[in-house]
Amino acid sequence: MLKIIKYFLLDILNNKVVLGLSLFFFIVSMSLLYLDENQNKAILSLMNIIFIVVPLISMFFSANYYWNSYEFKEILLCLPLKREKIILSEFIAVSLSISLSILVGLGVPCLIFGAETNIYYLILLAVILNISCVALSMWMVILTKDKSRGLGLVLLMWFYLTMLFDVLLISIMMNFSDYPLEKIVLVLASLNPIDLCRISMMLQLDISALMGYTGALYKEYFSGSGGSILSLSILMLWIIIPVYLFVKKFGQKDI
Amino acid sequence: MIEISNLHKAFQKLKALDGIDLNWNKGEVIALIGPNGSGKTTLLKCLLGLVFPNSGDIRLDKSSIINSYQYRERIGYMSQISRFPDQLKVVELQEILTDIRKKNNAQLDLDLFHAFKIELYKDKSLKTLSGGTRQKVNAAFAFMFDPEILILDEPTAGLDPISVEIFKEKIKSIPINKKYLIITSHILSDLEEITTRINYLQDGKVKFDLSMDQLIQKTGQNKLSKAIAQFLSSN
Repeated sequence: MLKIIKYFLLDILNNKVVLGLSLFFFIVSMSLLYLDENQNKAILSLMNIIFIVVPLISMFFSANYYWNSYEFKEILLCLPLKREKIILSEFIAVSLSISLSILVGLGVPCLIFGAETNIYYLILLAVILNISCVALSMWMVILTKDKSRGLGLVLLMWFYLTMLFDVLLISIMMNFSDYPLEKIVLVLASLNPIDLCRISMMLQLDISALMGYTGALYKEYFSGSGGSILSLSILMLWIIIPVYLFVKKFGQKDI
Repeated sequence: MIEISNLHKAFQKLKALDGIDLNWNKGEVIALIGPNGSGKTTLLKCLLGLVFPNSGDIRLDKSSIINSYQYRERIGYMSQISRFPDQLKVVELQEILTDIRKKNNAQLDLDLFHAFKIELYKDKSLKTLSGGTRQKVNAAFAFMFDPEILILDEPTAGLDPISVEIFKEKIKSIPINKKYLIITSHILSDLEEITTRINYLQDGKVKFDLSMDQLIQKTGQNKLSKAIAQFLSSN
C-alpha cells in the first residue's frame, strides 16, 4: 500500500498545486500576523478565512483529482491490488499533500513571528478539517456517475456546510427560543464539522463574540474542558464515517 | 478453466449481459466477436473485476473471482481504448507497473517493446503520443509480465499493417498450451490465423460457441468472415 500512496503523492506533488496552496496560506497568514498588533485578533481573522477556504480547497481539489487520476486508477485496478487499498491510498495521498501545504503555509509564518500556542491549535484543527472534507468529497464523487455532477454535489456540500447550515441553525434557535435548546443545539452542532472546529477554537481562545454566524450563540452551551475533547472526538467521527462509506461504495462500483 | 455461468449485467435498463454461459479451457485462443454493443467488453470487464455482474458467477480454476483480487496477477489486459495518466512518461509508467507487479527475479517480456521500438519515445509523456503509438505501448504492457491469461480487447484497431503483423507474430510465438487467450475484434481476417474457438455474442447472449474446425466443417467456408455470415444466415 505504501507504494501506491507514494505514486499518488508523486503525481500530486508533480502538478504544483500544493506549492501554490502553501504559498496562498503563507501570504494570508503572513500578512494577517504582520498587520495586526493584537495576535488574538489576527488569529480570529485567520480562523474565519481558514475555516471557509480550507473546506473549499480540500473538497474541490480531491473531487477534481479523483477524476484526473481516473486512468491511473483504471490501470491499478487491473493489477492484483485490493480495490479498498487503491482508494484509501488516494485518500491518504490527497489529504497528506493538502495537510502538508497547510502545515508549511501556516506554520512557517507562525515560527517567524513566534506566535502563541493558540495558533498551533488552529493549524491542528485546519488539518483535521481538511482530512474530513477530503473524505466527504471523495464520498460524494464516488456516489455520482460523472465529473460535473460530482463537482456540483461537492460545491453544494461546501455551500451547505459554510452557509446554509448556519442559517438553518439560527432560524431554529430564533423560532424555538422559548424552549430549552441546550441538548438539541449540542447535537445539531455536531452535524457540521466546520462549526465544530469553530466552537473548539473559540473555547481555546476563550472569547465569545466575533465568531462568524453561529459561533457567538454557542459559547453558552459549550463550556469547560470537556467541550474541547468532545468536539475533537466528534470531528474524528467526521473522518471515520465518510471514509468507511466511500471505501465501501468504491468496492462495489463499476469502472 | 474459466467458467462463466448465467452472467447478467444491466446498466439501468440496458441489458449488457443477459445470461452468458461459457467455459474456456487452457490452451484455447478464444475470439469473442459480435456487433457493437453486444456485451463483449462488459464480459471482459466482469472477468477483470472492473464491472460487477448483477447475478451469475465467474470461476477461475473452481474458485469464484467476484470480489477477489489475487487472481489478477495471472492476467494481462489490453484495453480497447488506451487511456493512460496524462502526466506520466512511458518509462515512468513502466517503472511503476514493474515495481507493483514484478515478482522476484521473474523475467520481463520486453519483446514488443523492442519490436515496436518503444525505446524511441520512452521519455515522452503518454499524453503526447498518437493513438496508434499508445495502443502499441498498451500492447507491450499487457505482454510484459508474461501473464497466464491474456485479455486483448480490440488489439489491432488503430495499428498500422506492419505493427499488426508484428503483433500477430508475437501472439503466435507464445506457448499457447499454457495460456488462456481471449481476443475481441471486428477485423476477422486478423483473427482467423490465430484463433481456435469462436464465441459470437449478440444482445448480451451467446449466439454460438464453436471451434474453428467445427465452423469450417459446418459451413464449408475457409474464410472466417464468410463462414460466420453463412452460419448466421442458415440458423
